[in-house]
Amino acid sequence: MRLIVNGEPQTIPVTTLSELLITLDYEGDWLATAVNGELVHREDRSDHALNDNDRIEILTPMQGG
Amino acid sequence: MLALYGTEVASRLLLGTARYPSPAILAEAVRQSATEIVTVSLRRETAGGRNGGAFFEMIRALGVRVLPNTAGCHGVSEAVLTAKMAREVFQTNWIKLEVIGNHDTLQPDVFGLVEAARILASEGFDVFPYTTDDLVVAERLLEAGCKVLMPWCAPIGSAAGPLNLSALRAMRAHFPDIPLIVDAGIGRPSHATTVMELGFDAVLLNTAVASARDPAAMAGAFAKAIDAGRQAFGAGMLEPRDMAVPSTPVIGRAVFA
Repeated sequence: MRLIVNGEPQTIPVTTLSELLITLDYEGDWLATAVNGELVHREDRSDHALNDNDRIEILTPMQGG
Repeated sequence: MLALYGTEVASRLLLGTARYPSPAILAEAVRQSATEIVTVSLRRETAGGRNGGAFFEMIRALGVRVLPNTAGCHGVSEAVLTAKMAREVFQTNWIKLEVIGNHDTLQPDVFGLVEAARILASEGFDVFPYTTDDLVVAERLLEAGCKVLMPWCAPIGSAAGPLNLSALRAMRAHFPDIPLIVDAGIGRPSHATTVMELGFDAVLLNTAVASARDPAAMAGAFAKAIDAGRQAFGAGMLEPRDMAVPSTPVIGRAVFA
């Protein structure tokens, strides 16, 4: 499946958002995810089916002012 | 004590977490500042979340309250989505709302700011809007559901200090019961004292501390400066005048001529 993950085009064989996080080796309870500009809650990731050309954002805490 | 959306804090200094030379120096600056609130951000990362995780663990270990921001957002939908993602991560309804309108000055897009504030307030967020010192915008933000305002006193990171004292004074007079936090533009402790003497409730700092030669020492200096300004405001200050007023009593002085 062709996806855009954090702005980078990738071809990854996954069907759900949680599979994507596992495949890309993301871990921890401090991740926030959005698909096509909509927040996907932590508990909804395993049910969230991905489609070709979906834009996925995976954000984590960073320094800020 | 200062009450922000029902949470009482003793420290009137809020500290940003960006641009410190090292995590250890950030931690020491937080301790020296005695702040109870730090601002943090959200960013993309490629290390599987581990960098963000390490940072988040360090912040949690400091035992302070987190105020996530929407730094760098230039549009309403971007700011709203970032706020929602921040709530997911940090488990707080607090959000420092930034909607940037100008690339060079990082001045807030006040129209987008009001719109984003309205959306977020309706979704249960406690919005801390980074705004200008404009009274009309401030009114709109309050109507949108904000219960705290964070006017700039100069552009972010500029260290220019309060550029428009009369605007800040007018804002304090116009909103006597709204917590007002000066955000952005403070460069040195005397700037912080000045705005606290005007009656502002708190100051949000980052670059002035993080980029100091000794950030922890500077954090301590700011804490004292803010306390001094607050105490002076409470004590009531003399109004300046043009002519001298003798401070020593005139009655009873010797006449030698």
